Amino acid sequence: MQAFVDSLIQQGYFTGMPTQVVYAIAMIAAAFAVLSFFVAPLAGVTSWLERRVWARMQSRVGPNRVGPQGILQWLADGIKNLLKEDLIPAAADQLLFPLAPYIVFIGFLCTFVVIPFGSNLIVADLDIGILYLLAVTSIVVVGILMAGWSSNNKWSLLGGMRSAAQIVSYEIPAGLAVLSIIFLAGTMSTQGIIKNQGWAPWDWYLFNNPFTFIAFFLYFTAALAEGNRTPFDIPEAESELVAGYVTEYSGMRFLFFFFAEWGNLYVIGAVATILFLGGWQVPAVGDGLIEGVLQFVVFFLKAYLWVFVAMWVRATLPRVRVDQLMALCWKYMVPLSFLCVIGTAAWMVVFPHGNRWASVGMFVLGVVILLLFFGRVRYQIRHSKPELYLRPYI
Amino acid sequence: MSEAVYPQSEVFHTEDMTISVGPQHPSTHGVLRFVVRTDGEVIGEAIPDVGYLHRSIEKIGEKCTYHGYVPYTDRADYLAAMFANQGFCMAAEKLAATEVTRRGEFCRVIACELNRIASHLISVGTFGQDIGAITPFLHALRERETINDLMEEICGARLTYNYIRIGGVGYDITQETCDKILTFLDHFDPIVDEYNRLLSYNKIYIERLANVAVITKEEAFQYNLVGPNLRASGIKWDIRRDIPYSVYPELDFEVPVGHGEKGTLGDCYDRYWVRMQELQESSKIVRQCLKMMPKGPAISKVPRKFKPPAGEVYVRVEAPRGDMGYYVVSDGSEYPYRVRIRTGSFTAMGIIDKLSRGIMVADLIALIASLDVDAPEIDR
Repeated sequence: MQAFVDSLIQQGYFTGMPTQVVYAIAMIAAAFAVLSFFVAPLAGVTSWLERRVWARMQSRVGPNRVGPQGILQWLADGIKNLLKEDLIPAAADQLLFPLAPYIVFIGFLCTFVVIPFGSNLIVADLDIGILYLLAVTSIVVVGILMAGWSSNNKWSLLGGMRSAAQIVSYEIPAGLAVLSIIFLAGTMSTQGIIKNQGWAPWDWYLFNNPFTFIAFFLYFTAALAEGNRTPFDIPEAESELVAGYVTEYSGMRFLFFFFAEWGNLYVIGAVATILFLGGWQVPAVGDGLIEGVLQFVVFFLKAYLWVFVAMWVRATLPRVRVDQLMALCWKYMVPLSFLCVIGTAAWMVVFPHGNRWASVGMFVLGVVILLLFFGRVRYQIRHSKPELYLRPYI
Repeated sequence: MSEAVYPQSEVFHTEDMTISVGPQHPSTHGVLRFVVRTDGEVIGEAIPDVGYLHRSIEKIGEKCTYHGYVPYTDRADYLAAMFANQGFCMAAEKLAATEVTRRGEFCRVIACELNRIASHLISVGTFGQDIGAITPFLHALRERETINDLMEEICGARLTYNYIRIGGVGYDITQETCDKILTFLDHFDPIVDEYNRLLSYNKIYIERLANVAVITKEEAFQYNLVGPNLRASGIKWDIRRDIPYSVYPELDFEVPVGHGEKGTLGDCYDRYWVRMQELQESSKIVRQCLKMMPKGPAISKVPRKFKPPAGEVYVRVEAPRGDMGYYVVSDGSEYPYRVRIRTGSFTAMGIIDKLSRGIMVADLIALIASLDVDAPEIDR
């Protein structure tokens, strides 16, 4: 992005304007473009897709009225929520209560600065990309805690406290899982990490060594917990805490929390793709435009696959209890992620140039696990009973 | 008042928080209310506050004729209306020494056991939902919907049936309906396995329920628990088996009891698991009844002006939430002098305060769900 703006300046498009002003305009334009052409439709369509996927898994129909297959349902929901009364309880903190949704939203939106869409499509390729990403996602917890406390509602407070404890705890395994990849890549830039991998699965960091393989699952689990998704959705557990920290919110402010949650699903998938799944890497095709489009499609599909997995997990699993959540993190995931970091470091000492045999072996192992998994899924689908419709005299 | 679970620090002073759970809380199964005193996530005490769904059904009984009161009994427990019907009709029949036709008895048992399946499906489904698994709930409701269709075919109503009348049942079950019930049971039996694969054997689910809110045998007796809650504590007590009524002595069925399946005897998982097994037992009973059903009238001749002689009776039926008792006093007139209904959920509410001390907020929800308390049945 910066290179693109620099080239425009050099070509003389902005003569007479200070460079800083041009940069500022470019930043605002980029933020606008990313928000309105990618993030908003993405979060909306994800909300629709989640409801449809859930409905299928639960033998329901789901929203199918607005637009073909109900795909515009998110627009209808957005308009509905905009028109609703924006209620601020009299006992709520008048400053923090309205502010909290924006903090959550900013924490989520800022991650898109370093998430690439292709080899040239990135807002800013920061040298500290991944560190920046971990840092801005931590802002979300501030927003949630603000929402929980300022609502002046005991359920909200419990939800906010749970969320704070949960997100802070799960940052550690997520951060350590990321650290082992930073060791391998030698850079924190997102583009740099992707460039160090190849298009072939055995060139991905996922299959680099056994420790990164574990680190991937650690990262994904921890990211689900950070995103407040089932089975870790205890901060907004509707059967326990009514609606957790969003209990008192209504209208668009309420929607902002869920906007961030659904958008955050894509961020989880995108970071997993950057770190472990080779990012936008595609085989060389030659043509620049086709390659660019292909890169975008490949990256998007890899990232969105994990959105689907998160939906699937949410439709399947019950919720863990808050002490079990903490035990899982501190007793199992943190030691395991330390093991991954040390293991990856040791692996780099033993095999300074990587081990191709190990990569291919890990790849075969991954395929075998996947096949076993889908075999099990096939068994469940074949043995599942559809609805029995007896047609009484209606 | 239990002691605070964590030691109080002199530097950081903490206070207990009083929260009102309900009556609009999503997982209180209707309109229950608990006044919960918590230390953060850990509950100090949870005091049940009942009475939000009181409709004076017992008092209405004194103003209705015996025939006219049957539809009101439906409302005593609308998830298992058939049993409330049956309890009152049995009480009236006992007062007046009315015979029930044999086909009528079989129709009653078929309808009741189908209703038990429907009620237990709600119970285990909402259990899953309270723990956070939403899919099993909808799968359970899907099957219950089919039972509702069958009920509609049997008696024309889907929820409040008014099917069992004094002297028999309102409508005979036709052969066509019998075939449909059999089709449903053939479909339903594998569903239980599917449900087990999806929910019962789920590691997270077991972790959430095993060893939580354990009710020992002695406590179950002391707090007068009934039905699946009592059996989950390892006590083999079932009115259908021990104080037999209707045609149950002729039928072959097991009484499932808790064995500490995944944890301690009498924990939440045992209460869940007993209900899952009762689903299969009820299916077995309905199959036997369909085979054994004799020909004949479904209802015996009962005078329209039903005037039982003066006296009092107490009859018990085994409802999905346990022993449901009807105490009916007759003064020889058309109207009952007094009707008193004893329900399982009301006594189950009593033990919640004792069990909730020292458990977490999430466990309280699991405990309420595992006792399968039903708001209309508590207050009546």
